[in-house]
Amino acid sequence: MNAPSPGTRSILRATVTILAAAAIYEIIARSGIFPRALLPTLTTVADTLVSMIADGSMLRHAGYTLYRMLFGFSLAIVIGLPLGILMGRFRAVEQFFLPLASALMPIPSLAWVPVFILWFGLGNTTTVLIVFYAAMFPMLLNAWSGVRSVNQIWLRAAGVMGADENSLFWKVIIPGASPFIITGLRQAFQRAWIAVVGAELIATSDWGLGWVIYDAKEFLNADVMIASLAVIGCIGFVFERLVFGSLERNTILRWGMARVAKG
Amino acid sequence: MSHIEVRDVSLVYDTPAGRVPGVQAANFDIEASEFLCLLGPSGCGKSTLLNIIAGFLSPTGGEIRIGGKAVTGHGLDRGVVFQDFAQLFPWRTALGNVTFGLEMKGVPKQEREEIALKQLQLVKLEKFANAYPHHLSGGMQQRVAIARALAYNPAVLLMDEPFAALDAFTRDDMQRLLAEVWRETRKTVIYVTHNVAEAVYLADRVVVMTPHPGTVKIEVPIRLPRPRDPLSVEFLEYQKELLRQLGPAATGQATNGKAND
Ligand SMILES: Nc1ncnc2c1ncn2[C@@H]1O[C@H](COP(=O)(O)OP(=O)(O)OP(=O)(O)O)[C@@H](O)[C@H]1O
Ligand SMILES: [Mg+2]
Repeated sequence: MNAPSPGTRSILRATVTILAAAAIYEIIARSGIFPRALLPTLTTVADTLVSMIADGSMLRHAGYTLYRMLFGFSLAIVIGLPLGILMGRFRAVEQFFLPLASALMPIPSLAWVPVFILWFGLGNTTTVLIVFYAAMFPMLLNAWSGVRSVNQIWLRAAGVMGADENSLFWKVIIPGASPFIITGLRQAFQRAWIAVVGAELIATSDWGLGWVIYDAKEFLNADVMIASLAVIGCIGFVFERLVFGSLERNTILRWGMARVAKG
Repeated sequence: MSHIEVRDVSLVYDTPAGRVPGVQAANFDIEASEFLCLLGPSGCGKSTLLNIIAGFLSPTGGEIRIGGKAVTGHGLDRGVVFQDFAQLFPWRTALGNVTFGLEMKGVPKQEREEIALKQLQLVKLEKFANAYPHHLSGGMQQRVAIARALAYNPAVLLMDEPFAALDAFTRDDMQRLLAEVWRETRKTVIYVTHNVAEAVYLADRVVVMTPHPGTVKIEVPIRLPRPRDPLSVEFLEYQKELLRQLGPAATGQATNGKAND
């Protein structure tokens, strides 16, 4: 048999970690230390999950959440990435936006939820804007640092070969800053995912993984809560591994601009 | 008229600690297709001078004329090879690096790849056209950098100690290869080094600089047939002569270039 590919091996390792954590949970749940209603066994959770998937409600909740998250996240990229790059490239842009970013960044995105509800009401707009707010700053700051860390020698070399500002931007600065840009995308995604669920807890009133968790509280449905949490974790995991992992493998790892950890 | 004229070129660096002279009133000419070495002890201003000729720095005094015209800024008439291996774009393959200048010129894709492949053949790296720089050795990366600087066909090639960070064996190979490339392309070359043997091996003429704050001390033409034999008596005579010109302070450093980079 051939040795498993690095990708397969990393999935295997991740599976082992998750199985171990699940086993510990199950032991505690079955030990009877806590009431079953509060700490349902994994089989109960699995049953709930299957039935929620079967009746389509889980897909609909996840779909809403993903839609809001991706909307806000994309908005953050479309605005944060170019703005961060311009900040790194032009002093005037930096001087204008950096103080603004420094002042807004420390405010937790969820602290804006009540304010945004006041302005935009309950629903999608508020949630999307909260996600945007949360994802914007990691994207912006990483793009900014990335541009500033682009090796001067690449700019010189490209300049000698006749690159104009436009070519410099697309063919040197963006790829040269890519390790930071990818880190920015990753962090922005994590923040967006956290923010969407958090905002849904408060700002939505019918669909969404955050809302379903909050709603389940009313009926002490711990199994519904945990099933939803599991779905949130799974989607985050899939994005992290598949989307960002493959983005990284096809860019900075391939170019030797980042290395895999030893061992 | 000479190809490049360096006229009273001076540069003073403004630093937080005060004004530091980089190079003082340097004067010399370079003929078309000539291989000129700039030789001098560390810190004398060789890189400063080369960066002025490349157009990265503006002189605070004097001027550079290329083909009779005073130049400011960089231009496609000059190709530059730096000492730093990191000069290649890591996100482009060897071929992608070499095509960059042609891409900027608007040469169609197929044509520029053909040209780039020829340049890679010239530096004997056609087999590695599709390799990314981090999979190439230091010497190979510098060869790609040379091919890249030549690809868009500049008349002048400026090189700042391109082989200084290589081990002695690789460096010998690279010098031989560069001499060959120069013979085939007939570029005007300005090559910075603080290694005496390297200067004698490569140059038609060596411009020796004084220690910091540097200026031109003397020009030594190397009248040896090519390819040159580093073990011949005449070769060693030239080395001695250059060492004498550099003065006692520079002797240890200049003969033992590889340890002092
Ligand atoms: N960016 C800078 N700012 C201030 N001073 C500088 C700068 N670059 C060089 N110098 C000064 O100018 C002088 C000449 O430097 P330069 O780099 O041209 O020397 P060099 O001959 O190339 O030396 P080496 O052989 O070590 O590369 C040095 O004494 C240095 O202190
Ligand atoms: Mg130097």
